[in-house]
Amino acid sequence: MGALSIRNVRKSYHGNEILKGINLEIDKGEFLILVGPSGCGKSTLLSMIAGLDSVTSGEIRIGDRVVNDLSPKDRDIAMVFQSYALYPNMTVRENISFGLQIRKVPAAEQARIVERVANTLQIGHLLDRKPSQLSGGQRQRVAMGRAISREPSLFLFDEPLSNLDAKLRVEMRTEIKLLHQRMGTSIVYVTHDQIEAMTLGDKIAVMKAGEVQQFGTPQEIYDNPANLFVAGFMGSPSMNFIPAKVEAVGGGYGVKLESGQRTHVFPVPGGDGKLKAWEGREVLFGIRPEQITHKSESRLGLPQFQTAEMPIRLTEPTGPDTMVLVPINGKDVVCRVHPAHAGQPGESMELMFDLSKSVFFDPASEQRIA
Amino acid sequence: MADMSVAHTAGASKLGRFIIYGLLALVCLYYLMPLFVMLSTSLKSLDEIRAGNLLSLPGEFRTDAWVKAWDSACTGVQCGGLKGFFWNSVSFVVPAVVISTMIGAFNGYALTMYRFRGSDLVFGMLMIGCFIPFQVVLLPMAQTLGALGIANSTLGLVFVHVVYGAAFTTLFFRNYYVTIPDELVKAAKIDGAGFLRIFFSIILPLSVPIIVVSVIWQFTQVWNDFLFGVVFSSGDRQPITVALNNLVNTSTGVKEYNVDMAAAIIAALPTLLVYIVAGKYFVRGLTAGAVKG
Repeated sequence: MGALSIRNVRKSYHGNEILKGINLEIDKGEFLILVGPSGCGKSTLLSMIAGLDSVTSGEIRIGDRVVNDLSPKDRDIAMVFQSYALYPNMTVRENISFGLQIRKVPAAEQARIVERVANTLQIGHLLDRKPSQLSGGQRQRVAMGRAISREPSLFLFDEPLSNLDAKLRVEMRTEIKLLHQRMGTSIVYVTHDQIEAMTLGDKIAVMKAGEVQQFGTPQEIYDNPANLFVAGFMGSPSMNFIPAKVEAVGGGYGVKLESGQRTHVFPVPGGDGKLKAWEGREVLFGIRPEQITHKSESRLGLPQFQTAEMPIRLTEPTGPDTMVLVPINGKDVVCRVHPAHAGQPGESMELMFDLSKSVFFDPASEQRIA
Repeated sequence: MADMSVAHTAGASKLGRFIIYGLLALVCLYYLMPLFVMLSTSLKSLDEIRAGNLLSLPGEFRTDAWVKAWDSACTGVQCGGLKGFFWNSVSFVVPAVVISTMIGAFNGYALTMYRFRGSDLVFGMLMIGCFIPFQVVLLPMAQTLGALGIANSTLGLVFVHVVYGAAFTTLFFRNYYVTIPDELVKAAKIDGAGFLRIFFSIILPLSVPIIVVSVIWQFTQVWNDFLFGVVFSSGDRQPITVALNNLVNTSTGVKEYNVDMAAAIIAALPTLLVYIVAGKYFVRGLTAGAVKG
């Protein structure tokens, strides 16, 4: 039985359709990420799951109950907000127990729960402080404490880390994942940060303009993006999209790449069926930066690897890797190269392309071809 | 060269300071002069007042004008001083201020945190209430009070001032509440709190600065009101502002300026006190909308 199921859910405001038929389903204990650029409807969808926004049509189930018409307090959920939304006039202890108090949990039980929550999140020493006396990270913990105190069947997180600085964000990300592992409660988590999406999610729904573009595991979405938007949104640095002509080569099909004065035709493994229809036409050839590296002797000769010498326009060292920019078919293409093997701008270097995970898109419809 | 220019600017800024403080002192003097004249006149004997030196200090401090103003001065035909009217004012000002502030808080909360269809229109119409002159509503209000059976009563005056004040207090609270993040209300809803619980447990405790503003504003308005007081009350139920007018206009041969002045200060004292006690919150609360809550 699913923990949350969203069936054909739509939302309109004054005739504008914000959500255009969303279908999502997660199992008990799964961590669902709603990710997309701002305005894609992800926060609206979360509000609808919480019961803070009404559903125009469709059905939302939490556990085995349809919750469309239930008020937030009857949905067995808890939510962590972007601004934390701690009650400024209450101490941390009162913030955590407010919901319990309303649900008429006996005082002794409340005290026990507050203590357990404080231990879990290591906020025991903060219990008598007001939110204004806490740092951003501490407020974040208290907000999570308030959410877990009621042991709901579903947690909702609305961009909880976006107000924290970069270092703290990574720490809290780890903590949220550990907390999820320990408690095993289902979570719906909204973010615009694709790294958060990849690291936290069991399932990711990539959204844009009120529609789910793709719904799958992080690895599926990363390796097999359904369209140009998903491919470009997930991954940093972003996937390279190279306009390239499809040509017949050696019994199969390949893409024609020009760099410097040289022209290469790279045969695409397994691409013969789907690419055949595009022979002589231009497609968008998608390849991630880490699939273009320095030449490695051990891989030479394997069919999915192709090498080519290309002129370097720019290098960007990041520490573990150096990003090397090379021009291919008039576009700057980012390659992720080991720092020891990176050349200098103005030189040229031999690059090795791993075509096993390359993807192809229709330049007009932006849908995946192969 | 550089030293000279520094010295020059320092000198200029000193001069600027001098001018600023000088001007401030002059303005202070200008505004404090009437109060000084009132206070010193109220402490003088009538003979000393007749001597005609308005600005001189009293030769001997006499408090009998104050005692008379409070206890035995004539306001029309009665001669019981202001004391009864002072308590009249207190008895309708306090409930009027408390009730209109509560209504404003509740209206503001409903208009910002629970936006309903047409809530902006309702707010707009309430705002028009701020611009209606008192005189315009005198007749319809008299009819309304008559129909409600509370004409000529303390309750009637409370009602008039609550109705008139609600527009202002709603404006104050609504503008304050738009600065409170609505995620707070959402969080409370998810915690299971209802409309009233959210108001009393979360919103009201955050409202102290704006409550102070509303109380000062309403207290000043209602206490100082003359027109509603003179129209909607009569006899020994009149507020102190009306009584003060009667006291000053009742003369038995000789005009007792010292008693008039003492009576005027007594009538103004409560608002003065409210400003001194809570004035700093007033400025802070009025500008609260500009700062993030």
